[in-house]
Amino acid sequence: MESRRNPRAVVDPKVRQVGFFTSSQPDSSSTQQQTEPISASASASSPPVSTISPSGNSLSPVMIPPPRLNSSDTFPLRNAAAGATSAVSPSSFSYSNRRDFPDGSTTASPGRHSRGSFVKSSAPVASSLPGIGMDSMAAAKSSSVPASGLTTVSVVTMPPGLAENASGMEVQSDQKKNSKSLKEKTTKAERRAIQEAQRAAKAAAKADGGKVPPGTSASLASTSVKVAKPAKPSTQKNEVAVSAGVTEKKGGPSEKDRKKDAPHPRMQYDDESRVVKAKRRAVVKQTEAKNRVELFRHLPQYEHGTQLPDLEAKFFQLDPMHPAVYKVGLQYLSGDISGGNARCIAMLQAFQDVIKDYSTPPEKNLNRDMTSKISSYVSFLIECRPLSISMGNAIRFVKNRIAKLPITLSESEAKAALQSDIERFINDKIIGADMVIVKHAVTKIRDGDVLLTYGSPTAVEMILLHAHELKKKFRVLVVDSRPKLEGQLLLRRLIKRGISCTYTHINAISYIMHEVTKVFLGASSVLSNGTVYSRVGTACVAMVASAFRVPVLLCCEAYKFHERVQLDSICSNELGDPNAISKVHGREDINYLDGLTNNANLQFLNLMYDATPSDYISMIITDYGMVPPTSVPVIVREYQKEHLLV
Amino acid sequence: MDFQVVILAGGFSSNLVPLVSKEVPKALLPVANRPVLSYVLDLLESNNLKDLIVVVEGEDAALKVGGWISSACVDRLHVEVAAVAENVGTAGALRAIAHHLTANDILIVSGDIVSDIPPGAVAATHRRHDAAVTVMLCAQPVSGPSESGGSGGKDKTKKPACEDIVGLDSWKQFLLYIAKGTEIKKDTRVNKSILCAAGKMELRSDLMDSHIYAFKRSVLQEVLDQKPAFRSLKQDVLPYLVRTQLRSDVSSDQNNVEENGNGKNNMQNNEVVLSQVLSNASLPSFHQVYESGLDSRKTHKCCVYIADESKYFVRLNSIQAFMDVNRDVIGDANHLSGYSFSAHHNIVHPSAELGSKTTVGPHCMLGEGSQVGDKCSVKRSVIGRHCRIGSNVKIVNSVVMDHATIGDGCSIQGSVICSNAQLQERVTLRDCQVEAGYIVCAGGEHKGETFARK
Repeated sequence: MESRRNPRAVVDPKVRQVGFFTSSQPDSSSTQQQTEPISASASASSPPVSTISPSGNSLSPVMIPPPRLNSSDTFPLRNAAAGATSAVSPSSFSYSNRRDFPDGSTTASPGRHSRGSFVKSSAPVASSLPGIGMDSMAAAKSSSVPASGLTTVSVVTMPPGLAENASGMEVQSDQKKNSKSLKEKTTKAERRAIQEAQRAAKAAAKADGGKVPPGTSASLASTSVKVAKPAKPSTQKNEVAVSAGVTEKKGGPSEKDRKKDAPHPRMQYDDESRVVKAKRRAVVKQTEAKNRVELFRHLPQYEHGTQLPDLEAKFFQLDPMHPAVYKVGLQYLSGDISGGNARCIAMLQAFQDVIKDYSTPPEKNLNRDMTSKISSYVSFLIECRPLSISMGNAIRFVKNRIAKLPITLSESEAKAALQSDIERFINDKIIGADMVIVKHAVTKIRDGDVLLTYGSPTAVEMILLHAHELKKKFRVLVVDSRPKLEGQLLLRRLIKRGISCTYTHINAISYIMHEVTKVFLGASSVLSNGTVYSRVGTACVAMVASAFRVPVLLCCEAYKFHERVQLDSICSNELGDPNAISKVHGREDINYLDGLTNNANLQFLNLMYDATPSDYISMIITDYGMVPPTSVPVIVREYQKEHLLV
Repeated sequence: MDFQVVILAGGFSSNLVPLVSKEVPKALLPVANRPVLSYVLDLLESNNLKDLIVVVEGEDAALKVGGWISSACVDRLHVEVAAVAENVGTAGALRAIAHHLTANDILIVSGDIVSDIPPGAVAATHRRHDAAVTVMLCAQPVSGPSESGGSGGKDKTKKPACEDIVGLDSWKQFLLYIAKGTEIKKDTRVNKSILCAAGKMELRSDLMDSHIYAFKRSVLQEVLDQKPAFRSLKQDVLPYLVRTQLRSDVSSDQNNVEENGNGKNNMQNNEVVLSQVLSNASLPSFHQVYESGLDSRKTHKCCVYIADESKYFVRLNSIQAFMDVNRDVIGDANHLSGYSFSAHHNIVHPSAELGSKTTVGPHCMLGEGSQVGDKCSVKRSVIGRHCRIGSNVKIVNSVVMDHATIGDGCSIQGSVICSNAQLQERVTLRDCQVEAGYIVCAGGEHKGETFARK
């Protein structure tokens, strides 16, 4: 279950802290732990944590960014500072950088000097009469739209966020002068004061419409004064609180929030209080289905009709969501993309788009900010549809790569590195693995074979097509099941290539199994006790096959392996749309259950996955060769690390 | 989200004469004392779309609209107004501003819409299917005054039969056929290949094209370039795209093109395998099935989004619609108006003066500074700002715009009195329209007439 916990663990301070302290111990899952301390401070831990762990001492990267409008020149500077001080630890870097700052403005390089003076001049202006300062900055950006033909009749003034930033910078510099020992422990009252002040500032910023995109056009002096005003008292309060010699901390999640954000390793959906809390955070509006099967109460099940329209309606309101991620989420939700590999690839490609369009916000660390961004996207995707294990592994890989980025890399280099990493993951671990699997599996197909497959597994399809290209003479039995009928799609593609096929439904499996010589199956995941977690019905096929002494060959890429051990398919599963099994689309004449869907005595169970015990699997074909199911833990142990590192 | 929004605000619509005039272009017609354009802008703003292009026909109208927008929306929205020549049609208007369109997808909204349907839904559907065009359809509104008199003039002010005939596939996702109800006389042609590919087509006449479209920019621009004769989006561009969805001339999608044709032979090509995996994973639309059946055919998708029936939607494109909108916005759909209603379900501005024994019924609106004399009765009507209304006046189901003067003893039913118009004493109007600044002589009794200076 590691994969599911991972995205949430980022906001769970307790788990993180443990991860950090034990990171020195050699452990099989050390890779993951290494990511965690970094992501911990990225999500802005609260004071108590910070006083203990060194990583928490860094000025958290959010809250009051300085008024740098041209972010292009900031990175070299930051990197230079990092180069000087990076010997200490990555987390202390932003800190020392800032301590350098006042000196830099008086002595050092011209680049720094100009920046320092800019801050000094703009900050007082911003606090006394914010409108003017903003005006001059905005004027430079005003001609963003080609003027021909269009007349700009209405513009948005500079967002108050920036005005606040200007005064915020003053706060920071004040704080630098005043606070001598920054590691000084804070009293509870002081922490509370800061938190109050920051919350007020946040609220004020939000009330002014902080969402307005910056830099649209020239602003009117009078209006921007009006806009910036509410931010002022709060920043002053901030100043008072901060200059009291207190370690500056980001407001971020308060104690209460933190508790709320620390979920159970996996949500148990029969725990009502937790469900309510989770719902509050959710982006997708979800209505719990009413009649649920008692045994599967702990799994999420929603009314399927309501989610999509609601999410669609919010299309333009989900501001921080990247369009690519949003599109993938919609496709998950509507079922346009299904299947482990395809979902994983779609997600990774969306992440590539995200990385391409990413730019580090000022005063933030790329590694941390991007990790938290990815985490928020992942939780959105989970709301659309629970993650598959393969996706969990892929996400772990991406986060690991982000965390491992050398701090000296420039932003563009880092982005390029990440994109090529993801590209490589797709090519090597998914497509490449499939190629290897095809090569191995084809050797097992002989002339005259009758091969049975169930559903529409990607790898098996490639094997069949390749074997056909090698002019092997074989016949394919495609077994299918309602409601998805994926087998029909596979059938269509196989027939197009001229492979002779038989199509049947799973009800007839015991009759058809007589003539089968080999069974090829796909899997969603293989767990470390050899249990195969796959499309529902796979277990049935495998058991019938082994009863008939037909070898069952399972094709699964190694990136889908997982160290979890699972004995049944009850504790972890996914519930599909109950309407899918109660209705047949387009056949109004056979909808005998019409009107019964809300009957309290009737519960629909549309399970998505089942678990096949390893006893029924003769062989697993993976990119590390053909192995018995008992070897899965070895692969997981020996190669998992390599997976994540690639 | 990489969408650009274009509002087609029109110019001086001939349907709406005499309500529109040189002073009041269509976009600025008051609906509950706010220009109709403000409803569109509010809708978009509430959906966080703040970067808008408003296209207006005619320089004068553009100046007027621009002036209003800059006074009303400054500081909230970033609006650019483009003036295009008159009578170029919607497609022509887009052609004129085509070089300003840069985003991948364009959301085109008609400027005369009063609605609460979130435009994001169209955009999301568009994105999800990667469509060339997505059309929002909504239920046909009930037109005409429902529970009141004034049916006499209905023949004249009746809507120009804008019922659309739409054909949908069985999942109600794709648009297979669209035509205007008025254009179909006896028979019509339905594309056979589309019908074969889709298997089943549902023809519906209870849905209406809502004039909210999401276009893929490349497709839109290509069509506009290739077909210079196309004038209207709805009548030319959209039917063209729907007709040609299985033999697309436009380069809508690069992925779809290569995936099935040549690539399958060389398994080494990762890209091909990748796109294959992705396309195999999803349930193929009939487009893909058709495409895979015939090589070297390109297709594009025309999707629909069908708005929920509970949502309100009216286009202000006729005088009847104008009356309907005014009635609904202060009546049934009052959440759109943005006003807070009093306990009597009406809005009477505090500065309005009411004479003794004057009653203002529910679903009424009385603008700022208006004066109403004694013993008047106002029912289900909108009265603008600074109107002067004499004694013993009866106003039912009517719209009186700003600065109108109504003499003693008038009776107005189902009529529109434009701004600065003057009604002398004892005029009886029923289903009439009075042009701006027109003076109706005393004592006349009129029914279903239009008063305009020749």
